[in-house]
Amino acid sequence: MTDQRPSPGGHERIEAQMDRIVAADTDLLEVEPAAAGIPVAARSSARTIMNRFLRHKAAMGGLVALVLIVVLVFSSIGIGPFPGWWPLDYRVPQDISHGGRPTLQLWPFSLGEHPFGQDNIGRDYFALVMRGAQQSIIIAFLVGVIGSAIGTVIGAIAGYFRGWTESVLMRITDVIITIPLVAIAAVVAKGANGRGGVWLLGLFLGFVTWTGLARIVRGEFLSLREKEFVDAARSVGVPSARIIFRHILPNTVGVIIVSATLAMSSAILLESALSFLGFGVQPPNTSLGQLINNYRAAMGPRPWLFWWPGLFIVAIALAVNFIGDGLRDAFDPRQNRQKA
Amino acid sequence: MLVFVARRLVVSFFIVLASTALMYALVAASGNPLHDLQEYNGPGREARIAARTRALNLDVPVPGRYLLWLQDVGRCMVPGGDDCTLGLDRQSQPVLPQLQTAIGSTLRLVIAATVLALLLGVITGIVTALRQYSTFDYGVTFVAFLCFSLPLFWVSTLLKQYVAIDLNNWLSNPEMTYAALLGVSLVAGVIWMVVIGGERRTRLVVFGISAVATFTTLFALLTTNWFRRPTMGLLGILLIALVMAFLWAALFAGLRPRTRRVLYSALAAAVAGTVVVALAGPLMRGMTWVSFLAVSVVIIGVGVAAGLVGGGHVKRLAAQIGGVTGLTVVVLMSIDQMLGAYPYVYRATGGRPIPTTGSQTPNLNGTFWQTNTDLALHLLLPTLAIMLISFASYTRYTRASMLDVLNQDYVRTARAKGLNERTVIVRHSFRNALIPLATLVAFDFAGVLGGAVVTETVFGWSGMGLMFQRGLTNVDPNPVMAFFLVTAVATVVFNMIADIAYAYLDPRIRLS
Repeated sequence: MTDQRPSPGGHERIEAQMDRIVAADTDLLEVEPAAAGIPVAARSSARTIMNRFLRHKAAMGGLVALVLIVVLVFSSIGIGPFPGWWPLDYRVPQDISHGGRPTLQLWPFSLGEHPFGQDNIGRDYFALVMRGAQQSIIIAFLVGVIGSAIGTVIGAIAGYFRGWTESVLMRITDVIITIPLVAIAAVVAKGANGRGGVWLLGLFLGFVTWTGLARIVRGEFLSLREKEFVDAARSVGVPSARIIFRHILPNTVGVIIVSATLAMSSAILLESALSFLGFGVQPPNTSLGQLINNYRAAMGPRPWLFWWPGLFIVAIALAVNFIGDGLRDAFDPRQNRQKA
Repeated sequence: MLVFVARRLVVSFFIVLASTALMYALVAASGNPLHDLQEYNGPGREARIAARTRALNLDVPVPGRYLLWLQDVGRCMVPGGDDCTLGLDRQSQPVLPQLQTAIGSTLRLVIAATVLALLLGVITGIVTALRQYSTFDYGVTFVAFLCFSLPLFWVSTLLKQYVAIDLNNWLSNPEMTYAALLGVSLVAGVIWMVVIGGERRTRLVVFGISAVATFTTLFALLTTNWFRRPTMGLLGILLIALVMAFLWAALFAGLRPRTRRVLYSALAAAVAGTVVVALAGPLMRGMTWVSFLAVSVVIIGVGVAAGLVGGGHVKRLAAQIGGVTGLTVVVLMSIDQMLGAYPYVYRATGGRPIPTTGSQTPNLNGTFWQTNTDLALHLLLPTLAIMLISFASYTRYTRASMLDVLNQDYVRTARAKGLNERTVIVRHSFRNALIPLATLVAFDFAGVLGGAVVTETVFGWSGMGLMFQRGLTNVDPNPVMAFFLVTAVATVVFNMIADIAYAYLDPRIRLS
């Protein structure tokens, strides 16, 4: 009996064999109708998902809007050592012209001297909003990526190993879920602000926003680990880590991508709420939330100082939400099936 | 059930313990509590530092401080103990009295927002699911996405700046031009047309009826100066209660001959409830929470009794609908009384009845109804702001879960049996669609509490949000921990209620 057990590393050979068998099966299926004279284009599932996503109008609109916003935001004032096409610095006060009112004209289109106006000490508000949007986008992206990575790993381990590992990990999740997100985020953000800039803030916020995804991924793993293909992999001696990452995780990628996208849109809102409470990005750096908070009192005489950053937040969050919705429909079209 | 609750309580206890320990450590590590004093160069610097060190036990390492805080909390568990302080803040003041003044307004806000968002969200979600891919569905989907993408404090500030001021101006001089009146009526007509939908002819009829009805109602209200001296009166209560009773019976029992008795008993419950309201008239002036509860129980009891007596072979259903009708009468009675109290509040607030700061008008000293009207008016805008996000998520979830249920085989079976659409939707689908929502409500509650922190700051409430924010800014752990204690306990309790509700709604799940 012992000689039938796969030698260490032997599972890869068997896995490859199984892949070949499956591939041969699929070929057979696709060749047959073609042989009968009906041309059938073979489509991978990634391709199908892609097509579904591309046909989702709201999602494509969101994607275009988001790309435009990101290009505008990063090209206008540049980032780091790379200069942008907008000449004014967000830190330097200028002479106030037009009473600080926005000079943006839609028809005929012209930017004017200060398209979004100037703040009360004459700083160019277009540059300020661009800078704020950059910081907000960076934070949102970091939070989305880090939070999703942590959530995926914790959920996967809990769902795959079950037993006490699951109990411990899920109790930790429960503990963090009992605390309102804004509150725990405020506490870690205050800690991060004493030590570093937006990158650390994004990192720290990622450490507290993984709980929702961890629960979802755990649920997926609990059901997937009982499937035959996992049994098959286990029976040929594939190590656990490989089963988790190679066999099960690709089946949950839809849930993870959707959730990561939505996490980014809520991270933008979270950052703005924290900046409003005074625990987000600290001056002299700025973010969209901080801009709104700074000029909240100026709402009466200079409403544009309040409107521009708010509109950018809404536009970015809305675009990301639509993309997330499109991805969800693409990965899981069940929800959208017409009533029979 | 008891075993389940006991076990959950034990687990919850440890979860709250762990989460408070985590938060204590994080708050303590978030900054230097002596920062301002160490930069201060005036006289008495050393003494102040020493005083604060004593108040916050800064000479003890963080784990020790946490245990000291736990001791303070533990003293509150001892019955009759009067040294329950929940710790001292950095001015050496006990935290408990601060929490007691703060908790009321915050809980009012959070509960009002949750209940309203749940009601509206579920109704909207069901309607959008039933009318999938209609204009209404697309419209609500877009609004929901917009709500998900709105920064809470931005909306709150907008509400405060535009809605409050304009509404106050209008309420002090409630007049509308004919053009505005016409515009509002047309908009109302379009909304109802889109909501109800149907064939082209139905749409036109719905549009016409609702536009004319809106126009007439508004015109009548404006000419009688209703917005300055609003009232409903016993007759109003009776009429609205009868209409609602009819609707409840039509919705939950149907109007077929078999269930005709349900309709009759519901109408009887409406009449009987109004009679009780009339009899309780003398009680209204000196009403307290106790007498209010007593009157409510009597009215609902009368409704249930009407159902039991008149229900015949559908006694149970008739009693339930009678009870719901009774509850409707209670709500109508409260609205009537609060409308009656409105002119007093209007004068007390100097003609600006929609407040933008604070959670109540100071020194109001009104009756039960006047105080509550004042509280409700203060709640209006903050609740609206917090509600938006929860409303959006409830709508989306209800819609998704309702669509899921409508595609199930048992719904097809129900239709195949020849059941009418009302029975299929109300009895077979609705209840099952609610199941996943039970978990969402518990989950959402923590989010609403977080939202309250932001909204309270915008509207200048001195609630728990302010306590949290000020405490965290000053690295003053005990007020912050009081906030966490309340939120953690509330979340844990809500989760437990959600699980019990889950088992009630889905009998396949056993509580064990």
